Amino acid sequence: MVGGTAADQVFVNLDHWIVGHTPGSLQALVSIVIAVGAIIVVFAGLFALTTVFERKGLGRMQNRYGPNRVGPFGVLQPMADAVKSLTKEDLVPRAADHVVHYLAPLVLVGIVFLTYAVLPVGRNMTAVNLDAGVLFFFAVGAGTELAIFMAGWSSHNKYSLLGAMRAIAQMISYEIPLILSSVPVIMTAGTLSTVAIVEQQARYSSTLAHWYVFTPWGLAGFMLFMVAATAETNRSPFDLPEGESEIIAGYFIEYSGFKFALFFLAEYLEMFAVSGLGITLFLGGWSAPFSFLTWIPSWIWFFGKLLALIFAFIWVRGTVPRLRMDQLMNFAWKFMLPMTLVVILSAGIWHFLTIDVVGPKPLGAVIRWLVCALVIVAPFIALARGLERGRRIEKRTYRFAE
Amino acid sequence: MLGEGIIQGLVETARNFFGSYVEKDRLTTVQYPEERLPLPEASRVFPFLLYDGSDAEKGLRCVACQICEKECPPRCIHIEKSKDKKPDFAGKAQFYPAVFDIDVAVCMSCQICVEVCPFDAIRMDKQFELSTTDRFGGLLWTKDQLAKPNDYYRKIHPTEAAETDERRAKELADAQAKAAAAAAAAAAKAAQPAEAASGNGVSAAVKAPAKVEPQ
Repeated sequence: MVGGTAADQVFVNLDHWIVGHTPGSLQALVSIVIAVGAIIVVFAGLFALTTVFERKGLGRMQNRYGPNRVGPFGVLQPMADAVKSLTKEDLVPRAADHVVHYLAPLVLVGIVFLTYAVLPVGRNMTAVNLDAGVLFFFAVGAGTELAIFMAGWSSHNKYSLLGAMRAIAQMISYEIPLILSSVPVIMTAGTLSTVAIVEQQARYSSTLAHWYVFTPWGLAGFMLFMVAATAETNRSPFDLPEGESEIIAGYFIEYSGFKFALFFLAEYLEMFAVSGLGITLFLGGWSAPFSFLTWIPSWIWFFGKLLALIFAFIWVRGTVPRLRMDQLMNFAWKFMLPMTLVVILSAGIWHFLTIDVVGPKPLGAVIRWLVCALVIVAPFIALARGLERGRRIEKRTYRFAE
Repeated sequence: MLGEGIIQGLVETARNFFGSYVEKDRLTTVQYPEERLPLPEASRVFPFLLYDGSDAEKGLRCVACQICEKECPPRCIHIEKSKDKKPDFAGKAQFYPAVFDIDVAVCMSCQICVEVCPFDAIRMDKQFELSTTDRFGGLLWTKDQLAKPNDYYRKIHPTEAAETDERRAKELADAQAKAAAAAAAAAAKAAQPAEAASGNGVSAAVKAPAKVEPQ
């Protein structure tokens, strides 16, 4: 592993210094506590920041101010929210399954924090470097469905149950395009380790980095990945499980006070985690896009990209209205799934169109790019046309009214 | 093409997002405690009592007739009539309210008390920031808190106040003319039987207004 500059490795060196000053028998434990504590503190802090920036950003998109009363420009709003959620009464329905009802938010938050274990947030800054890191992420991430169903079922409320069923139907449907859209990256990188995937993208030819998003299949795959991630984290426009107009708050309708805050936290942490994976797979993780920008510390790159993706999530939330259940399912199975398969095909073609086939650079590279792009764009247009045909809006004729 | 509408929408929200930092016209929110919009003249919340002149005790128009107390739908007005009388604006002796309380926690700002008052003594206010830390005493307003000068009324509801002032000026003129006529009649009456006895007419004219029946 290549060591970075002092600024780049400041947290790694701090960790080593602390571990080095503890007695030998405790070193393993202290190392674990530092890694876990850092993840919890940093991402919970990011959650607090995101809640206020999301509200302010959405406000600006709707030509409002957003929260601006607590502290300068409303930046202390999360503290007020925390005090509120901590002091609220914790209600549990009499008919609820108390144990499961109590465990559901804890299980959800625990599972979501587990997924952070394999995210490389900087050079040499990964809690656990698993050989099957991506697999671990998806396997653990699928556990959130269990927690959501625990919440929905134990509340003994019809809206909770409907919300949980919606959530599970949606999450299982979108899990498939989510995983399939990350397959081309795993194919190309030839590894499931998140650390190795980032290192492969941190190489530079001339000045440009080898980010997978700069290839046609990577670009399409990244878009599909982010759409699937939006659905997977139940965020707008795929927030049907908590559609206020239909089922009030979905699976966490019977939760109040701090348990509700935990659900909220878990939802945002899930969003950060899946954005972090998207950055790792497609946007080069902690690496700089150009070789002359490598002096900026790696963790700044990672968190900068993460904030940009969070803003994209907020932007989409402020723009797109909520889908209907049938639209959601049609989109998953009729559009997302075929397109991810096409992207895998394109990645395969990219792999075999080497210099021997298309000729030397720069013309060969352009031909390779165009061929692979065509393999994706042509099916996209055909699919889009095909899906549009069935639902042309016609003038409604009324049989009984008028 | 699939996704075209989404891109258009994203452009629109981005324009709003950045535009709201540049163009102040986009933000229509009035930041209430710091900024305020002027209230329309017709706005009204909770009644108050009017008094003429500068002394609230002396100039209070209310004569404790208790019509408003009886008409009030939520029964938020409590009046206790005085034992003695004092002269009103036209010099006529009237009762006055010893106690006049309005429970604004109960009042629904319906303005019926204003409609029924024959003495123009109660009017609607514009003061709406009434939060208090004492929910019992703080929301029960006594006569002293309710009494406000006519100048204040002229300031908050100029059109209505001008109309009321005009009517009251006319009433005052009528009352004075009536009193003068009565005084003249009394003087003439007094002069007739005792033509020889001179100098009595003046004292009779002074006493005359006191005999006019209250309305």
